[in-house]
Amino acid sequence: MSKLIFEKDIKGSNKFSLPPCDVPQVEISQHIPEKYLRQEELNLPELSEIETVRHFTELSHQAYGVDDGFYPLGSCTMKYNPKINEWAASLPGFTGLHPYQPVDTVQGAMELMYNTQEMLCEITGMDAMTLQPAAGAHGEMTGVMTIKAYHQRNKDVKRTKIIVPDSAHGTNPASAHVVGYEVVEVKSDDRGLVDIDDLREKMNDEVAGFMLTNPNTLGLFEEHIKDIAAIVHNAGGLLYYDGANLNAVMGVSRPGDMGFDIVHLNLHKTFSTPHGGGGPGSGPVGVKAFLADFLPIPVVVKEADKYIFDYDRPLSIGKIKEFYGNFGVVIKTYAYLRSLGAEGIREASQNAVLNANYIRNKLKDYYYIPFDRLCKHEFVASSRNQVKENGVTTLDVAKRLMDFGYHPPTVYFPLIVEEALMIEPTETESKERLDTFIDALVEIAREAKEKPELVKSAPHTTIIKRVDEVTAARKPVVKWED
Amino acid sequence: MNIPKELLYTNDHEWLKVDGDKAYIGITDYAQHSMGDIVFVELPEVDTEIAVGESLVVIESVKAVSSVFSPISGTILEANEELEESPESLNEDPYTNYIVAITISNKEELKELLSADEYEKICKEEE
Repeated sequence: MSKLIFEKDIKGSNKFSLPPCDVPQVEISQHIPEKYLRQEELNLPELSEIETVRHFTELSHQAYGVDDGFYPLGSCTMKYNPKINEWAASLPGFTGLHPYQPVDTVQGAMELMYNTQEMLCEITGMDAMTLQPAAGAHGEMTGVMTIKAYHQRNKDVKRTKIIVPDSAHGTNPASAHVVGYEVVEVKSDDRGLVDIDDLREKMNDEVAGFMLTNPNTLGLFEEHIKDIAAIVHNAGGLLYYDGANLNAVMGVSRPGDMGFDIVHLNLHKTFSTPHGGGGPGSGPVGVKAFLADFLPIPVVVKEADKYIFDYDRPLSIGKIKEFYGNFGVVIKTYAYLRSLGAEGIREASQNAVLNANYIRNKLKDYYYIPFDRLCKHEFVASSRNQVKENGVTTLDVAKRLMDFGYHPPTVYFPLIVEEALMIEPTETESKERLDTFIDALVEIAREAKEKPELVKSAPHTTIIKRVDEVTAARKPVVKWED
Repeated sequence: MNIPKELLYTNDHEWLKVDGDKAYIGITDYAQHSMGDIVFVELPEVDTEIAVGESLVVIESVKAVSSVFSPISGTILEANEELEESPESLNEDPYTNYIVAITISNKEELKELLSADEYEKICKEEE
């Protein structure tokens, strides 16, 4: 394992010389009161420029991203991010902007925001969109706040519950809870879909809304979505679309047409902007017309041929992020949408679905597939049989995949599938790439039978070998000490 | 699979031991085994009132975070604070290490619970 930068400290190695200063030097204590001045010395490592560069270059070699290889992380759409998006986002006309500039001087940026909103409305079947939320869960919170504002506006204050399915992303109950709702779980039926009877039983005049992902986290399309929408609406609730899996249906079917009232999108997943490395996300929220007044201020609107920030919205839930969201991510999304066009967006979804079904079919003789029928952009396999035979778990299979040069898929999610291994290939992978990945998983299934210890002790070829996750979780060391 | 005869059980793999007017509640051997290494237990506050089906405790394992739902309604009398320091004791001996003790406010609710034999059948079906 690499040393921390603090351990590489060589005193005096970062010295530099500057030309003589041409303005008089002043003591800092002349300008800042004594009590605000730091007393002890700043504890920063001292390294020369070249050693600093080497340190971070070494770290960068240990990272794994979609530019390094296949990244089939179920539920997270780690698709390739075309480099033209980066070009667009780094155009000086965009990077030189200041958010406090007068709107007259940033009309181009506002036009881009407005057009992105419009395109996202078209894709989702919504009437209005805000680009403000910083990422997916922030979008969820914005959406749930909108649900709350709507019911409060109607003086319908006994609605204290939000329903989520037992296959939901963990962020759904978390977002509902943060906004002050009690979370009620609805079961899945034996086909992996929302149990309609259970939903009917739990839906009443105390329920503010139902948060649903479609296709769901098993990669299965909720076939009864129209019935679900009717049950929720007839009881006075709103239907919320978690856009995490939009990559399966964009350009093909629209949440708005399915009966959803609110959607959030993850531009950093579905619309090809890098994520997973701590970079900024973007979680726009779209609503049907009857909810448009509740969207966060300001909203970018077009008046005649001019774009303005509309702050005059008394019913708005208010501002939920400084300025106007993560604008750089929006530029990349705009570039992606314009370069693919309507046909390309549709084709991307179709290929994502085709790729997932191809892998599912090729793996079903080697791994248990709990819902083995046509899936959307992802599917869930299970190492249940491997556990029974030789005690090889999904965690072991995932670790072993790293030896084959792949990023492991999502594991142990959704919670309703035992030993879940959730695979999402995305549309940008070739058949050849999918085949080598399938070969690796088939080989691991053979190893699990013939030499299970090899799989149980994986990974063997990575820089960091098998880590002790249990101790790391029970007794985490979160601070470096000399 | 260890399923003590004298306890009552739920479909969600909890056990319940009746002791006069109160009941001790924990998770079963099957539950600890399927959750894997337990790394954190979030206990409720003593004196909290709880209804059937409400979340009683949150248990975090290396695989997932799960809620334990209350099988009966009542008031929480004790929370086993030792679990905060050593959550692994739920893996080691899930029956000695209870999670909470709760008052039994409605004896009728106990009739809904399963006997050891009934519970064993459910475990077999799930396997």
